[in-house]
Amino acid sequence: MPPEFAIEFRNVSYRLDGGRELLHDLSFAVQRGETLVLLGKSGSGKTTSLKLINNLASPSQGDVFVDGRSTRDWDVIRLRRMIGYVIQEVGLFPHFTVERNIALVPKIENWPGGRIQERVRELLSLVGLDPQLAKRYPRELSGGQRQRVGVARALAVDPPILLMDEPFGALDPITRAELQKEFLALQKRLKKTVVFVTHDLREALLLATRIALMEDGRLVAIQTPEEFLKSGEPLARAYVAAFGTEVRPRGDS
Amino acid sequence: MNVWQFMLQNRIEVMELTLEHLWLVGTSTLIAVLIGIPLGILITRWPALNKPILGSANVIQTIPSLALFGFLLPAPWFGERADRMAILALTLYALLPLIRNTYAGIKGVDPAVVEAGRGMGMTDRQLLFQVQLPLALGVIIAGIRVATVISVGLATIAAAIGAGGLGEYIFRGLAMVSNQVILAGAIPAAILALLADVGFGLLEKSLAPKS
Repeated sequence: MPPEFAIEFRNVSYRLDGGRELLHDLSFAVQRGETLVLLGKSGSGKTTSLKLINNLASPSQGDVFVDGRSTRDWDVIRLRRMIGYVIQEVGLFPHFTVERNIALVPKIENWPGGRIQERVRELLSLVGLDPQLAKRYPRELSGGQRQRVGVARALAVDPPILLMDEPFGALDPITRAELQKEFLALQKRLKKTVVFVTHDLREALLLATRIALMEDGRLVAIQTPEEFLKSGEPLARAYVAAFGTEVRPRGDS
Repeated sequence: MNVWQFMLQNRIEVMELTLEHLWLVGTSTLIAVLIGIPLGILITRWPALNKPILGSANVIQTIPSLALFGFLLPAPWFGERADRMAILALTLYALLPLIRNTYAGIKGVDPAVVEAGRGMGMTDRQLLFQVQLPLALGVIIAGIRVATVISVGLATIAAAIGAGGLGEYIFRGLAMVSNQVILAGAIPAAILALLADVGFGLLEKSLAPKS
């Protein structure tokens, strides 16, 4: 029987070498197929939490379990290849075409060439990109297109888990709204386990199954968007007040 | 007799000395590339080695070239033949730009790109060969370019220890107080340096990743 949770933090603290504590005693779990949004200000520990999941950082105390196994016990390369990773700066390889960027993980996993090509075409249409763009270089794309390629690349080997670190943060509002909508549609179909980092409450309310509110390396609350809006938690209230009347739970408009 | 007439008259010797010069520069640069690039990569992985390695290369660079040629005279095997000694000295001089540029090139790769690669499960080796080195290539070639151009100039001094090359004419001209003989060595050396500069410049441009 597969373990109950896709990802679980158990009493996780993370300290820099210099001694500054970035995360303090975090415990929470991510259900299979849900989108957990980590919401918080810069420096609240969202990105660090994300990096603990794919072991770009490892906890100073406690354990992060992925598929029931501590990241300390995972072969780090295997672990990362079953976790898609999308970051704000996209991190596309500037010397690779769109095609080669997307094909990166299939290639290092030694998929046969024909299957890779087919998969690239499939992914391009999945993220709504013209197949003609396959031969272009990242510098020849718009910001929105680049971010779509980043998502396609993260989905290449169909990983069950997706980590997204402010993936839409650098986009203009119109493109951002478009990509958020497509993300929702995509997630409805693919049912990945997603951990999504943002500081934008609107984005969190729109995309989240549950919102984990973070401050100063601590987990303040973990609630559904509906609960969040009605929350008595002072920080949650401060967020709702800051975003004013623009925020509404999903399906309420 | 002006310098052109002199060179025409002695064209066989000019050719020979030019080829000798190219041999000294080419061999030493090649050896320096084979040593310097791996060292540059090494110090990106082992930061503790950074200071000792870059420091030593720096110190070598500060030794006056004539003195370095002299220091190498008692060296075993190398001291036996002048061209070996010259190649060793030129190699040592070429190391600094190569190590430094390899290091800077790799360190200069966008951290987001490296982290994305690492996050996707690329091994260190895959990251190095598929991402970091290709993206650093332009800077590394710029290092080879600098090393070669410096080396063309320095190699003229190799004639002082009898290693041949275009420096022969320069030293002979100095001894004879003859500008035309000096120029017969200096002009071809300058042309070689310019050609190396332009050639590697073009290579750098065509290989550097555009972004």
